[in-house]
Amino acid sequence: MVAFGQFMEVLIGGLLAGVLYSLVALGFVLIFKASGVFNFAQGAMVLLAGLALVRALDFLVSHAMPMWSAVTLGLLFAAAVMAITAWLIERFALGPLVNQDALTLFMATIGVTFVLEGASQMLFGSDVYPLRLYPTDAWFLFEGTFPGGILVNQLDVLGGLIAGVLVAGLAAFFQWTKTGRALRAVADDHAAAQSVGIPIAWIWFVVWLVAGLVALVAATVWGTKLGVQFSITFLALKALPVLIIGGFTSVPGAIIGGLLIGAGEKLAEAYLGPYIGGGIEYWFAYVLALVVLLGRPQGLFGERIIERI
Amino acid sequence: MFKTMLALASAVVGVSTLAAPLLADGEQFLPALVYRTGPYAPNGIPFADGVADYWTLVNERDGGINGVKIVHEECETQYATDKGVECYERLKGKGPTGAGYVSPLSTGITFALTEKVPGDKIPLLTTGYGRSDSRDGSVFAWNFIAMGSYWTAADIAIQHIAKELGGFDKLKDKKVTLVYHDSPYGKEPIPALELLAKHYGFIYKGVPVTHPGLEQKSQWLSIRQDRPDYVLLWGWGVMNSTSIIEAAAVGYPRDKMIGVWWSGAEPDVTPAGENAAGYKALMLQHPAGKFAVHADLEKYVVSKGKSVAHDNFAQVLYNRGLINSMIGVEAIRTAQGKYGNKPLTGEQIRWGFEHLNLTAERIKELGFEGMIKPLKFTCQDHQGADQARLHQWDGKAWKIISDYYTAEENLLAPMVKETAAKYAKDKGITPRDCSNQS
Repeated sequence: MVAFGQFMEVLIGGLLAGVLYSLVALGFVLIFKASGVFNFAQGAMVLLAGLALVRALDFLVSHAMPMWSAVTLGLLFAAAVMAITAWLIERFALGPLVNQDALTLFMATIGVTFVLEGASQMLFGSDVYPLRLYPTDAWFLFEGTFPGGILVNQLDVLGGLIAGVLVAGLAAFFQWTKTGRALRAVADDHAAAQSVGIPIAWIWFVVWLVAGLVALVAATVWGTKLGVQFSITFLALKALPVLIIGGFTSVPGAIIGGLLIGAGEKLAEAYLGPYIGGGIEYWFAYVLALVVLLGRPQGLFGERIIERI
Repeated sequence: MFKTMLALASAVVGVSTLAAPLLADGEQFLPALVYRTGPYAPNGIPFADGVADYWTLVNERDGGINGVKIVHEECETQYATDKGVECYERLKGKGPTGAGYVSPLSTGITFALTEKVPGDKIPLLTTGYGRSDSRDGSVFAWNFIAMGSYWTAADIAIQHIAKELGGFDKLKDKKVTLVYHDSPYGKEPIPALELLAKHYGFIYKGVPVTHPGLEQKSQWLSIRQDRPDYVLLWGWGVMNSTSIIEAAAVGYPRDKMIGVWWSGAEPDVTPAGENAAGYKALMLQHPAGKFAVHADLEKYVVSKGKSVAHDNFAQVLYNRGLINSMIGVEAIRTAQGKYGNKPLTGEQIRWGFEHLNLTAERIKELGFEGMIKPLKFTCQDHQGADQARLHQWDGKAWKIISDYYTAEENLLAPMVKETAAKYAKDKGITPRDCSNQS
């Protein structure tokens, strides 16, 4: 019973950790789904959004503003920063590259990554900035059944709920709004979308803005967990195997991929790690991704692309 | 601010040197390998600020080292070994006499430069980090692991645990888990802990955390299940605060955690908020706070607007940066006693390091009384001291909770000798005979 309790604890912890990866992966999916661009800059966008929020909060609270209004204004400020960033990226990085191939656009997002990382630290600082938006205590479930109970972190559960709301909202946006359908058309073919009157500059601005706002939501959760600091850019690397498994074009796939990666890497670290030296979870996630790639190159929920030769 | 902006902007394009100084023939050039950007910047910045401010103090207050002004140039490494080596190569030949000494603040970069400095004849000052066996100056002639190694740190941590338990005999069958950064730095204390576990009869277990250490849930769930009596933390950057946060999440008592001296500064505890209260860490002798040298810094550097520090003035890592620079400056001053008051080569400064004797009186004159104990390098001993204290975070500040411990050299010295001898054999180095060195 003790061993089963421990297994359940690692499994639940892994599933919830995976959902937090999905929060970052969603930003990738959005931009890929809407523009066919693999956005390498998503991790840097989480950093920028987090720094803008926490620095604004610090400033407002130090000027005796009540917490609730400081949080509201801080979120608005960070959203405005992400909107300006989206406009700048569309205007100066991606806009001039319309109709270029995907690799060119991908390389442009690598450039955007380094600029965002440097600029965000230049503007807002390089320190660790604590953020306290959500509860971080743990629940201990089934204490009567398992000795010590099963530990579940409140922040992880909250992160899962936030991810669920985001997925539902984004799925509705893509399915039922005119802009959402236009985004999908642009992703299929830039030139064809332009030829039927879809304003590609506006569409790309919208999608980068939405990805920026998703990054802001991810930053509130990860910032509360770790403090806002440069290291959260590394979340992009945690999101990558999630995308490979879930598929680059599927919003629900990002969640399922996150669950599989989170549970897989935590179970591997806990039960396989001790036999091979430990510290394996970082690369084990990619092992899982490679296994999926072998069987389903488009991911579990990605669109199968068939091209006529 | 401008310097920070330059650092950040240049980091965008990778390795970069900043604000390249105009070098004159009468100036001593010192390179500064720093990380003001990247995942380890919160820890790298205060150290780099302390290093730079002390050099500025020597120039502003004393007119340089016996009249020889210090000129320094920073190069951004982002704590990456490849970038650190690139910075070293770029800066080693600068100035009228080349780099006086180099101090990379990274065990990984130290491992790489240990292979290079003998050929370039540049001393490698690694205050409280680097190869533990580099204490043996007969083999590692160019390394100076000032004030303490990770092996001495491990021993002192175990001594403190024994004291808390009520004696060394109480260590038997106790569980001590090391949570470590999975890198040369984090792995360095493992041989010492294995030796100590065998000697005292405690059960040692190592739990690695992959760089940068953002996600440690499975490691801490296993600790929750294993229930060790103590956890030693050997992290750096975000890994430290994440460990404390996860320890709180699984209900592991923070006062049973002891961090190494690179896991015991303000950036390591502040992100964890009230959850960090009770957490303990080794001190590389010195605490946070102001001492006599800080009065001079405020008078000659801060008030003149020449300090690069901001909120981190007198914090733990800022103070360590001051000490690092002070040791380097005093080594140069010692070398000037033999070679004259002029810019010196790395080889001449190496002689200064090897003959450096910081007595209690000299430490007081320099304004460091209360921060460090006497330090004396010799041809054989390139560590110079083996003492440490502990402090504890009370939720707002670090409080010193112990007197000085001295590492048990009867246990550690044979291991230093053995591994240094193996290194010498592997590299084809003939150890120096220190009995006839003057």
